[in-house]
Amino acid sequence: MIRVQRDDFDLGAELDALACGNHRVGGLASFVGLVRDMAGDGPVTAMTLEHYPGMTERQLAAIEAEAHRRWPLEASLIIHRFGRLEPGDRVVLVACASAHRQAALAACHFLIDWLKTRAPFWKHEEAPDGGGDWVRAREVDDRAAAAWDRNEG
Amino acid sequence: MTVLYFAWVRSRIGTGSESIALPDGVRDVAGLIEWLQRRGGGYADAFADPSQVRVAVNQEYVDPDHPLSDADEVAFFPPVTGG
Repeated sequence: MIRVQRDDFDLGAELDALACGNHRVGGLASFVGLVRDMAGDGPVTAMTLEHYPGMTERQLAAIEAEAHRRWPLEASLIIHRFGRLEPGDRVVLVACASAHRQAALAACHFLIDWLKTRAPFWKHEEAPDGGGDWVRAREVDDRAAAAWDRNEG
Repeated sequence: MTVLYFAWVRSRIGTGSESIALPDGVRDVAGLIEWLQRRGGGYADAFADPSQVRVAVNQEYVDPDHPLSDADEVAFFPPVTGG
């Protein structure tokens, strides 16, 4: 399931709902991304996430479908927020449920790595002096995603 | 065509969306980028280094040689930074 939303989410409720009533699920793995108060060049007071409505959902759905192709998942969930967020706020949740931990953990890792290089979101950070700048894409993220191209999991 | 701009591509150009009739002689994404560069100003600034700009046509990533038609939704944006 894919959700792109401005509002926060209830972590416990989302994870509970993912495996609720499905007793084939033996493992539930999750990753939560949070806003940090530091970036490469200094402190950050807030960030605004811009996205491309329509393409975002299409890309997330494609990434999720690829995870289901590679691993035997019972359920999966991607929630990504947009709009203005402050340090400590949740940005993204990726969760995968499977019979066993290996598939749940690997699929979760894959989803966040692929999402970071394919889902059309852009972060604009605000500095304490009132300035701001667009976050630059990181090569380390490209390499992490590319590793999954070579390794089918 | 509907042409969309996001993040710093949008802020350099000064708009997030515009309608452009497929210009004479423009057949693919690379041709459209060259045409936009010739508009100068914020366009020249946004496309100063096209290797820093990603392109989607009808919401799928494409390469510069992807053909264009008047019904397409074309989007230009920097490498993504979500997650």
